[in-house]
Amino acid sequence: MKLKQLESVLGDLEQFSNPKAENSFGDVSNKVVADFGCGCGTLGAAAALLGADQVIAIDIDSDSLELASENAVDLELDIDFVQCDIRNLEWRGHVDTVVMNPPFGTRKKGVDMDFLSMALKVASQAVYSLHKTSTREHVKKAALRDFNASSAEVLCELRYDVPQLYKFHKKKEVDIAVDLWRFVPKRNQGRGI
Amino acid sequence: MRLLTHNMLSSNIKGVANGFPLLIEVEKVIEKQVDFNPDFLKNIFPKIEWQALVQASRSMGYSELPEESPESSMLDSDDFLMKFHHVLLELHLEEGALVCPETGRKFPVNKGIPNMLLHEDEV
Repeated sequence: MKLKQLESVLGDLEQFSNPKAENSFGDVSNKVVADFGCGCGTLGAAAALLGADQVIAIDIDSDSLELASENAVDLELDIDFVQCDIRNLEWRGHVDTVVMNPPFGTRKKGVDMDFLSMALKVASQAVYSLHKTSTREHVKKAALRDFNASSAEVLCELRYDVPQLYKFHKKKEVDIAVDLWRFVPKRNQGRGI
Repeated sequence: MRLLTHNMLSSNIKGVANGFPLLIEVEKVIEKQVDFNPDFLKNIFPKIEWQALVQASRSMGYSELPEESPESSMLDSDDFLMKFHHVLLELHLEEGALVCPETGRKFPVNKGIPNMLLHEDEV
């Protein structure tokens, strides 16, 4: 029932309605989940609907956070929001799981990797993240070699249409291939102190 | 912002060695009811910095949390768990500020959202 609710409410985000996170890995239900770069809050909301005990959503942009707050209220979800640049987040301890749809790094080069690095520091159990398929090898190498991941797995490849959302988008719409990854940090003690 | 989140946030100003815990300046506290989940509480308890939580709860006007870090046997007491639950999840700093313990720099909290964005010279 929870999955149906998720799909109907978050219709746009079909690409990330990821039952696998819950069914195969138990990374979300009854866990503390952080949404890095939450935007209007869809992933965090998804996690809450899939049974996360607590969700903390972080974004740099005030307008996004305001919208995300309203969305959470509309969905009757209790999510904590923090305004912060993920690249200089200072976190004490760990959350269980980080979910994120980071900026792709087309404008601020490398920002997607900064997000991944931070996520693997903050999560004790798992990180779910979206990265362009074209960067697959690079992401895998960086995660395993530099960011302390014990495993890095592409769960599926998605294609989605990015509509013209920002001023710097030149085309009306672009179709891109994106990988949904699951990373496990080496620590993986489950207690994460 | 609830105290669970506060318990994990640290001052992110460059060069600060001891940025945790952030001090709390209260302008407005609200309470939001959350379903009591003893399993969650027992699970999260070892991950909580107890002193920081107690200090924070007192700033928010709640003084019933014991100052000494409870022994694990306390987790069997529903009375204790309900206080822990209330402080951790139901008290929200709606308006006010989080203060860096080392530099005194204030991070404003508006509509429950702390703003940890740094100025250029703090990065």
